[in-house]
Amino acid sequence: MPQDISALGKITKEVCYATDSSGKYVTELSSGWDVKINALDVAWEDIAKRTEIAKQKVINKEASPLLFFMEYRLMDISILSDYSGYWKWQIKRHMKPEVFNRLSDKRLQKYADAFNVQVEDLKTMTVHEA
Amino acid sequence: MKLDFEHRQSAHCESGVTSSLLRKDSGGKITEPLAFGIGAGLFYVYVPLIKINNGPAIAFRTFPGLIFKRTCNALGIPVIRKKFSSRESAEKYLQERLDEGHPVGCQVGVYYLSYFPREYRFHFNAHNLIVYGKEDDNYLISDPVMETTTSLTSYELERVRFAKGALAPKGQLYYPKDTGEITDEQIRKAIISGIKNNVNQMLRIPGNFAGVRGIKYTGEKIKKWRDKLGLQKAGLYLAQLVRMQEEIGTGGGGFRYIYAAFLQEAYAYLQKEELLEISKKFTAAGDLWRTAAVQAAGIYKGRIGSQKDFDQMGDYLIEISVLEKEAFTALKSIKWQ
Repeated sequence: MPQDISALGKITKEVCYATDSSGKYVTELSSGWDVKINALDVAWEDIAKRTEIAKQKVINKEASPLLFFMEYRLMDISILSDYSGYWKWQIKRHMKPEVFNRLSDKRLQKYADAFNVQVEDLKTMTVHEA
Repeated sequence: MKLDFEHRQSAHCESGVTSSLLRKDSGGKITEPLAFGIGAGLFYVYVPLIKINNGPAIAFRTFPGLIFKRTCNALGIPVIRKKFSSRESAEKYLQERLDEGHPVGCQVGVYYLSYFPREYRFHFNAHNLIVYGKEDDNYLISDPVMETTTSLTSYELERVRFAKGALAPKGQLYYPKDTGEITDEQIRKAIISGIKNNVNQMLRIPGNFAGVRGIKYTGEKIKKWRDKLGLQKAGLYLAQLVRMQEEIGTGGGGFRYIYAAFLQEAYAYLQKEELLEISKKFTAAGDLWRTAAVQAAGIYKGRIGSQKDFDQMGDYLIEISVLEKEAFTALKSIKWQ
């Protein structure tokens, strides 16, 4: 039973099924396995990279902060549409900086709620979580 | 208010919830492996046209909700299941069930599940937990993958019950009706029905994407990933495969070990020697899935990455497909008199 420390291993151990010396199945607690810890790392490195690219696009005024927060919150347009209540075509428009900049705070609030941030942070691409 | 409820940690959320919700009526006899096997939980599917988190859509278990439903059906236990259009009615209904003394299973999304570490929070909406009480504004939660019980404020619970995206739970909750004691005879019948269901699901499902053929199909696709996707993206895809296979909730080896444990427990009820032999085949399948995962890790860590390495990876899956086909065919040919 592998016992490599995973992110979850810091909080809880997980139940795994394995055979004992007589071949009978028992449950054991594992704190993780390198192979899958690395798999999770790979996924998060990719997210970090996508988020960084999105951030650059916003800074270069090629996209509105929506793109950044979508990557940051692992959302695609369809998930954001479900959370915010906007249609997908509206979101696509709002991803243009010139359109986004004209949105009222009231309309932005829906996005802020979807991303669980404040409107001001949404505008300035600020995140407070580690 | 706190119901009389004993938390037990399990490997997989839905079979754990099923086992826990049936504990009182079964006197603890419906263990997690039994729930998983009776619910015909073992599966494989790769849907090439859909992307999840920018990677392939792969599952090693049956569709969410089916394990609880099938297990209760096979045991002849009526199930109450409800979805809600309004958040107020969803909470009111939950509160009323708790007042009646029913612990309740809830389908939730994990993205905003506050007690999960951030690294595990994806937009995955088919997680299951049990609510077994409320103290002040805190709902008491028994999450089967956690070692101990935990709690969520009413706002936090509402947020995860109404998570959005694919498989949105829509406040969904479920629980079994009280039926009185579950007999061994009921369990024996349920086990046989669960095995037959699982055989059909893995051997007879149409198309190339699912069941044992789906595993072979994935193996053949993987051999082309290096050229088609490039090394970096192919690595990401393989990492996603490994996460679906080994991540928390699977019990290891893409649920194959839980299924092998189920067949051992089935033997205790049915005394068919074949079950023990076939259980070993599933252990071997689980081991081979893990060997494949080590190969995949070599690729996504950049230690290996030639076409030969991808061919080897694909061949592992093709070999697993043959092994699981043998195992399910052997299950199919058991004579249940």
